[in-house]
Amino acid sequence: MKTMKILTTPRMERCIGCHACSLACARLVNKRLSWDTAGIRIISSGGLSTGFESKPCLACNPAPCALACPTGAFSQRKGGGVIVKRKLCIRCGDCAPACPVDAIYLDATTEPFVCIHCGQCVPFCPHDCLEMTEVEVEPAAEKEAEEVAS
Amino acid sequence: MIRDHFRILTVDLATGKGRIVTIDGRDTEAGGSGLAALLFNKYGHADKPWDDPEQPLIFTVGPLTGYFPLMSKTVCGFKSPYHDQYGESHAGGRSALSLRFADLDGLVVTGKAERLSCLSIGSRHLELMDVHYMRGIDLQRSGKMLRKMIGGAGHRSIFRIGPAGENLSAYACITVDTYRHFGRLGGGAVMGSKNLKAIAIQGDGVFDLPEGKEYAELFEEVHKQLTTTDMMDKYHNLGTPVNVAVLNGIKALPIKNLQQTTDPNITGITGETFADDTLLRNTACAGCPVGCIHIGFVREKFMEPNHYLYRQVSYDHEPIFATGSMLGVTNAFSVLSIIDMVEKMGLDVMSAGVALAWATEALDKGIISKKETLVPLKFDDAEGYKEAMQHLGLGSNDFYRLLAQGTMKAAEQYGGEDFACVLGQEMGGYATGEVFFTSQALGFRHSHLDTGGYSFDQKHEEKNVEEAVKFLVDDEQGRVFLTSMVACLFARAVYNDELLADCLNSLGYTTLADNMDQVAQHIQKLRWRLRLATGFDPAAVKIPKRFTEITTWKGTIDKKYLNNLIKEYAKRILELGKEEKKEETKKAKKKANKGK
Repeated sequence: MKTMKILTTPRMERCIGCHACSLACARLVNKRLSWDTAGIRIISSGGLSTGFESKPCLACNPAPCALACPTGAFSQRKGGGVIVKRKLCIRCGDCAPACPVDAIYLDATTEPFVCIHCGQCVPFCPHDCLEMTEVEVEPAAEKEAEEVAS
Repeated sequence: MIRDHFRILTVDLATGKGRIVTIDGRDTEAGGSGLAALLFNKYGHADKPWDDPEQPLIFTVGPLTGYFPLMSKTVCGFKSPYHDQYGESHAGGRSALSLRFADLDGLVVTGKAERLSCLSIGSRHLELMDVHYMRGIDLQRSGKMLRKMIGGAGHRSIFRIGPAGENLSAYACITVDTYRHFGRLGGGAVMGSKNLKAIAIQGDGVFDLPEGKEYAELFEEVHKQLTTTDMMDKYHNLGTPVNVAVLNGIKALPIKNLQQTTDPNITGITGETFADDTLLRNTACAGCPVGCIHIGFVREKFMEPNHYLYRQVSYDHEPIFATGSMLGVTNAFSVLSIIDMVEKMGLDVMSAGVALAWATEALDKGIISKKETLVPLKFDDAEGYKEAMQHLGLGSNDFYRLLAQGTMKAAEQYGGEDFACVLGQEMGGYATGEVFFTSQALGFRHSHLDTGGYSFDQKHEEKNVEEAVKFLVDDEQGRVFLTSMVACLFARAVYNDELLADCLNSLGYTTLADNMDQVAQHIQKLRWRLRLATGFDPAAVKIPKRFTEITTWKGTIDKKYLNNLIKEYAKRILELGKEEKKEETKKAKKKANKGK
């Protein structure tokens, strides 16, 4: 059975709120300087005294955001999550409200930003909060995913 | 974002309107400390008092803010209520990145709001909100209210003041994101005088990065140095409280209003004890993977039989010295409970602790009575100090109102100037000797961080006035460039000149990178000119007798050496602050602009 890797956040209790992960994603994946245009974003959960939460893509399969996308800019990724084809995006913004965990950020032009499970943020976390986790890809899901993506 | 000029938002609180202003000077004033001085020259009034509504409250970041790790500090410039002269205070939290992502190099707040207000800004909004109902509300409660009112949790910074700021205490702080502070010189009172309870900055902008791999590769290299080497161990391990035991061991810890410099009971408040018994977790400023902020807790039984509440309190060396050793309190949880009260009131913890240490000795000596102190202040009586901190923040009577204007001001009226531990402002937590005392008494911010004077004392046995003063001048110059970038000074060992130049070059600030020494010298002089123009007379600085009565690992304080250091450093400051001839200024600017 094939496997894929997805970004998970198993040790968020260790988070110190440095934002190194989201800044790395914005910098390396999206080529921007920003807190927002990142696939993982850190928020304080009711003030700094209660610690931090991450807002990453949970790698849904099927992904509601991909189902909501009318142009194929978001398509189902094997193992969960989405493949993003920016050129196909018409900035309708339908993907963001479809996400159950608010993991998609829409910028001022309604361009969506979501985790693509590349793992580039992981080494920047000083406390090892994040990891790339292997998940099995069901053959049927694999076939279905290919159809959605085509 | 990466631009050869400064983009400044000015806000007039009287009208609630703002204006974006473009100002030249990136290659000469750089940002941070340099930019704050430049903006005070433009918007400030040397001849008007600190609380004149026209005086600006300035917040600035630098060319490297947000682009590199630990470039995470904001400089606050203002005419200080403490001495009615220009001053600076620095803070981290999310302040710097919020300003950067709000697309601002600086924020200048002028005017006075009609009612107590909160200024809310972002890259695409500006609003002055009426929060008159927050008057008198402590910092913890107002924080909860503000967080609900303003969106964007995690990507915003909230600056706020407590009762001390509203009551115009000369050492009221501006608290940033609960655990950080523009602590010193009374920025909180400047906000109070403007009827400004809070400033919320939403970091909601998005910016392009330099093309090519150079920048991303350099970022990774710096990040690795900071996280995989032992260079920052001190800060994320025990944190600055590691100093408590070290200083106590070398007889250099101020204890009981500096009556002592060492005490075996200090084991109860060392960094090791705090970590073992009270540390809940670490947290970080945004953009810093080090995580030096240590959070402990206080637990209070508020009702029998078993009803408790708890609060989280950040600690560092300075608050531990000021509310612990200086007050003779040697229990870590007691120290945290005093800091907790200081936080609620919105006082600068160092000034507040040192002020109560003086009051304790003054009471003991019969200079003042319980009529003034309201509480029978006694070293090691934490409950009494908690109550007294509240009186200090609220200004409960004439005595506390005067003490909240500065320890020396109270001593001038009541007596006891000899044992007022004031070096420009209430002392920092180092009794290392002559060079540190000179450094803080005359330093630009009267901060223990103006120079590494405490370190010089520890590394040098010889008493060479010329060498020591050269160190103070050169070290200030190096630090002022860092605080113009704006780096956290904890990163000073990492960001050497070569790395700073690489960072600036990677972002396209090539002229700045080529002229770092000249720019640092220029900013140093610019700040001193401003300080002197607003009334500072370094030749008039006097060190209270108590500082000459102590014994450190080196023995007794050498008064002659101390006096010579003060005399020589004052002379150098006057030279640094001398008005440059216009022609020289033009030449310096032309040189810096060459190749732009």
